[in-house]
Amino acid sequence: MATILTVDDSTSMRQMVSFTLKQAGYDVTEAADGVEGLQKAQSGRFNLVITDVNMPRMDGISLVKELRGLSAYKFTPILLLTTESGSDKKQEGKAAGATGWLVKPFNPDQLLTTIKKVIG
Amino acid sequence: MGIDLSQFHETFLEESFEGLDVMETSLLAMDEGDEDAETVNTIFRSAHSIKGGSATFGFENVAGFTHVLETLLDQVRSDEREADQIIINTLLESVDCVREMLTAERDKTDYDEVHVKDVQSRLEKILGNDDSAEQQEAGANNAEEIQTSGWIITFKPHLNMIQTGNDPVRILRELESLGSMQVKSDLRNLPELVEMSAEDCYMSWTITMGGDIDKKQIEEVFDWVMDDCELDISPLSHAEENTTEVSVSGNNQDDPVAEILQKTEIKQEVSASQTKTEVSAERATKPAAKKAAKASTEASSIRVGIDKIDELINMVGELVITQSMLGQLGENFDMSKLDSLRDGLAQLESHTRELQESVMRVRMLPISFAFNRFPRLVHDLSSKLGKKIRLELSGESTELDKTVMEKIGDPLVHLVRNSLDHGIESPEVRRAAGKSEEGVIHLNAYHKGGTIIIEINDDGAGLDKERIRNKAIENGLISEDEQLPDEKIYDLIFQPGFSTAEVVSDVSGRGVGMDVVRRNIRDLGGTVEIMSTPGEGSTITIRLPLTLAIMDGQLVRVGKETYIIPIVSIIESLQAQKENINTIVDQAEVYKLRDEYISIVKLYEIFGLVPDSQNITDGLLVMVEGEGSKMGLYVDELLGQQQVVIKSLETNYRRINGVSGATILGDGTVAMILDVPGLVIMSRARKNREVGKVA
Amino acid sequence: MNAVQQTELQVEYGTGADAENQYLTFILSNEEYGVDILRVQEIRGWESVTSVPNAPDYLKGVLNIRGTIVPIIDLRMRFDMEINEYGPTTVVIVLRVMDEDRERVMGIVVDAVSDTYEVPAENIKPAPDFGDKIDVEFVKGLAHVGESMLILLDIDKLLNSGELNMAV
Repeated sequence: MATILTVDDSTSMRQMVSFTLKQAGYDVTEAADGVEGLQKAQSGRFNLVITDVNMPRMDGISLVKELRGLSAYKFTPILLLTTESGSDKKQEGKAAGATGWLVKPFNPDQLLTTIKKVIG
Repeated sequence: MGIDLSQFHETFLEESFEGLDVMETSLLAMDEGDEDAETVNTIFRSAHSIKGGSATFGFENVAGFTHVLETLLDQVRSDEREADQIIINTLLESVDCVREMLTAERDKTDYDEVHVKDVQSRLEKILGNDDSAEQQEAGANNAEEIQTSGWIITFKPHLNMIQTGNDPVRILRELESLGSMQVKSDLRNLPELVEMSAEDCYMSWTITMGGDIDKKQIEEVFDWVMDDCELDISPLSHAEENTTEVSVSGNNQDDPVAEILQKTEIKQEVSASQTKTEVSAERATKPAAKKAAKASTEASSIRVGIDKIDELINMVGELVITQSMLGQLGENFDMSKLDSLRDGLAQLESHTRELQESVMRVRMLPISFAFNRFPRLVHDLSSKLGKKIRLELSGESTELDKTVMEKIGDPLVHLVRNSLDHGIESPEVRRAAGKSEEGVIHLNAYHKGGTIIIEINDDGAGLDKERIRNKAIENGLISEDEQLPDEKIYDLIFQPGFSTAEVVSDVSGRGVGMDVVRRNIRDLGGTVEIMSTPGEGSTITIRLPLTLAIMDGQLVRVGKETYIIPIVSIIESLQAQKENINTIVDQAEVYKLRDEYISIVKLYEIFGLVPDSQNITDGLLVMVEGEGSKMGLYVDELLGQQQVVIKSLETNYRRINGVSGATILGDGTVAMILDVPGLVIMSRARKNREVGKVA
Repeated sequence: MNAVQQTELQVEYGTGADAENQYLTFILSNEEYGVDILRVQEIRGWESVTSVPNAPDYLKGVLNIRGTIVPIIDLRMRFDMEINEYGPTTVVIVLRVMDEDRERVMGIVVDAVSDTYEVPAENIKPAPDFGDKIDVEFVKGLAHVGESMLILLDIDKLLNSGELNMAV
């Protein structure tokens, strides 16, 4: 079954994403910021990475850049969680190599639909 | 499907309250001059998290408010706007508002909507309605709907599109779910196999979609790759419904890629075509009435470090071992095993005591939780009063019982407000007195014996002895010619109805304050005293027991009854010498201890008992202190000292004057614990009655 | 099996659907009184109590029952009857008393425990005025069982009244 890495400094958001995806049968690993996310990505193998943008230590955009620098994650779908007021963030994200984005707020159904589209 | 989001509410609320605290601390730091970019970022991130979470979990009002807040913070952090005093103060107020709203959500009560709306409009004013432009932008994106029988799409990804993890096959799959589809691939740009890079996309496609599909839906499929490809979406008119042949150049090989594409099973995915679903708000309906069941904020849970729990587990383990050892001894006991028995019992005692101490520590939290509200309080009040005041905290890691800490909060606030309002002078007055313009309030906490001491010290004007004395005379608390030592005069401010404030400010000093503070502290088993040096400042000292459940007691006997006197109240015990006993007004007796006259209180009288002897010199006097006064309790005999577990009398009976609780002695019988401050009050009342009678 | 043992058994194992109308009866100055059996927590022999300062005389004191402090009331004194010497049959009936929404545990000292009876509600007659001996407020009603007349007490009213009242 597909493995997903979710990175967010908000515990409640991580829990929600984790719970939703696990229920749908995915394997989920959590990280609380970009640094932890990168560590976990390097020591594991993930089919998809979902990351928030605003995080301490290392933000989402930087994480995307770092991940794209790893050969294992060159083509891995990476989704950014953005809010509607961050339209420039979307561009920044794409420039850094992100696959796409999910606009906050989203509900569990939206999350699953998007994930399914990307990794089936 | 519907996952119940309410299971995440508690976590969200908890982390949001923490985030708000962080915001507040950071804002105060900014106010003090902290210009670190990371500070601003921290504030922004906290607000951003709360906004995202509240929108996701259905707290619409919080989301709306925080959105405005976040917009302003975004401008500050990207240096588009400087955070001046007004902005910082408004931001601090915004933190209050969000706290209010979240508290209302947590406790299922209402919040002050008018206040929140007011702060929100102030935020918006600062932003100067930049927001409305953004909203218009969003609105303008509504695509016009064209009636058509289908679309023809040319999709030409740039070379490096797949390097963002976007798989064209996936995109085609998604398209197919919208309606009937025909795909023609264009391989003209395929280089020789040798030159091909697996990381580049050389293909492009022409896709014909039939059916009643919105252009917008198609555009959404390509949302993520808009900039990474060339895309054309044109409506199909009936005349153009025949597909365009695309010639394949290069080698006349079979089209390997196209073959692969066709062989790929493209499943029909029936997915919801609304990609912009509204957030389904699953909020519990709030009761409309003002009064609602307020969930008790007085904690039903406590965070405990794992290390404390491990300690407990170890202790219990030791206890179990000791118990089984004693059990074994008891099986076939004979006198030869007496020493082992004694050792075992000693071990039992020490393990029980250790376990008890460990358990008590579980309930303890650092006093920083109580001190945390003061930076903000001092900040707000000092600007409100037009004074310059700096707050210093020390001993924040000193631990005390959670319940005690919750109950000491309000008294502390009152005392600090008092110092701010009446203690510290205005900058002009201070300057004139040769002091620095900035006054200092220092909160300190430390352990001493089995108690925790909290000191509130200010370098203000100190207490005005004359004013206090005069006010007390005015209120009939003391007589004009009564000579009192300084501490006794200062202590008068704790009397009910006492307030020397010229104008009753709304900050403090309505005269209901200090006596309530003392009573609250007393109810916790503690004491509060004040010392002052005119011109230099005052120090308030609060003593509290470390726990409400257990205390060290001195057992005493009066007649046939055993009582317990809290050791913390005892100054000393002595055998009365006749020459030191003086009688006042025929009924009240005092004892001369060194150079003090201390009232003698006969417990047998107060409690209606029959003592061994009514002659004071036959028994013992236990000198105790409470409510700022000293007294000597007359008892027949001193029994041992021990730790006692405090049991409530009020659970099944009711509060008794002079008794603070009960305990169960080693022999299973009940003994009353004396309430020293209560006895002081009782004896004062009796004294007044006696005096009244004689007069 | 004597009445006390019988009652203890019943209290322990519950008395099923009819427990609602069951009363534990006791003797006080040759009269038979009854209390709702569902309120009886336990029955103990008399043991010495710790006196409580400045308490009404009918409050004998408090007792330690498995770690809880329980006030013990002498009913004879409460009803202003002649005081008795405590004897071998003197028992303390420990009751669960309701004070609005609070539950309190209190004990009453009685001459002896009598029996348990089932008294359907319709058999309970209103009590006449006893004069100033027992406030009629404390009496739920009278019932005839066989040849005996039972005075059924309302323990909530009785044990929350006067100086025992929490609000005082």
